[in-house]
Amino acid sequence: MESKNKNDWPLWEIFIQSKRGNDHKHVGSLHAADARMAIENARDVYTRRGEGNSIWAVRSADVHASKPEDQGAFFDPADDKIYRHPTFYPLPEGVKYM
Amino acid sequence: MPDSQHEKRFQERIDAEQKVEPRDWMPDDYRKMLVRQISQHAHSEVVGMLPEGNWITRAPSLHRKTILLAKVQDEAGHGLYLYSAAETLGISREEMIDQLLEGRAKYSSIFNYPTLTWADMGAIGWLVDGAAIINQVMLTRTSYGPYSRAMVRICKEESFHQRQGYQILMTLSKGTPEQKAMAQDALDRWWWPALMMFGPSDKDSVHSVQSMKWKIKRQGNDELRQTFIDRTVPQAEFIGLKVPDPDLKWNEKTQHYDFGKIDWEEFRNVIKGNGPCNRERLAARRKAHEDGAWVRAAALAHAEKQAKKKAA
Ligand SMILES: [Fe+2]
Ligand SMILES: [Fe+2]
Repeated sequence: MESKNKNDWPLWEIFIQSKRGNDHKHVGSLHAADARMAIENARDVYTRRGEGNSIWAVRSADVHASKPEDQGAFFDPADDKIYRHPTFYPLPEGVKYM
Repeated sequence: MPDSQHEKRFQERIDAEQKVEPRDWMPDDYRKMLVRQISQHAHSEVVGMLPEGNWITRAPSLHRKTILLAKVQDEAGHGLYLYSAAETLGISREEMIDQLLEGRAKYSSIFNYPTLTWADMGAIGWLVDGAAIINQVMLTRTSYGPYSRAMVRICKEESFHQRQGYQILMTLSKGTPEQKAMAQDALDRWWWPALMMFGPSDKDSVHSVQSMKWKIKRQGNDELRQTFIDRTVPQAEFIGLKVPDPDLKWNEKTQHYDFGKIDWEEFRNVIKGNGPCNRERLAARRKAHEDGAWVRAAALAHAEKQAKKKAA
């Protein structure tokens, strides 16, 4: 939670890429006065055992999220589009590599 | 939707082993129970650095010193993971720290015992971290997503803690008669407080039933304690140390160890603030917090100045 007290350091969400080529994954959050401190502290807490080689820090206040209450309605469109899945298209026997 | 309807859906989700995430609807008491448990857990990690910090400057070799430093640094990280998990429930970091420093919050009673000899570093790693591991492995399956993820992260780091402790006692128990006596003395002092870490027996534990229903806790205190004893007794025998319990005996029928009575009076007394080190621990935390105040203020002032410069 973002603190109401203006003397507190803001909260940052930390994302770590475990190795080149992988996605950055959310690992947790921490408080820091600025981005540089957020990244340095993230290195100290989240990569003590070679867990990553790249860090993203994002102010928690800047993260916008979908609402869990209307999860059903919001993600509904995906359910009735079965033609988006390869299994919708049966292949005749003998057709290979597809 | 009325609350009763929400509550029914919530319980169904729990029963189906679906995790609860921060923005989901949850009963007020679920939130409160979690805030209390996770913040207590976080405080325990942080206060838990003090008994071991006591020996960093006096470790018997540079090798042991670097290991102990790394272990204590991990515990600071554990505190951070847990405070962050609690913050997702709507309580601020400041509020939790205030609760601790003003003596309104609890932390694990074990950290109110003194660390008198180097062998205590061994006993803490082996027994205290060992007990914590059993509790925390159970908590990786807790119903609250952020708490569960913090536990997974923590458990990955804990086994090094337990092993380094066991190795300290193993080395001492192979040493001179004085060193072996020192190892035995540490086991004698830490054994019972370690058993108390799992909390009162389930039949006397006020929150247990609701906590299990909401799957915050997944196993009872007595079951976890028994697992700890069953695993630890053979480890003690292996290094030639004797568990200080005359009633301890393997039970063929139950396939578990029977053990003696735990002094719950002592436990309650330490929780109430009358342990050997309660006052010292809180005083050390308060001093650290106050001494750091100017650093926190300066870092913030610097950040604001830099931001202004960038905007201009
Ligand atoms: Fe820990
Ligand atoms: Fe630990």
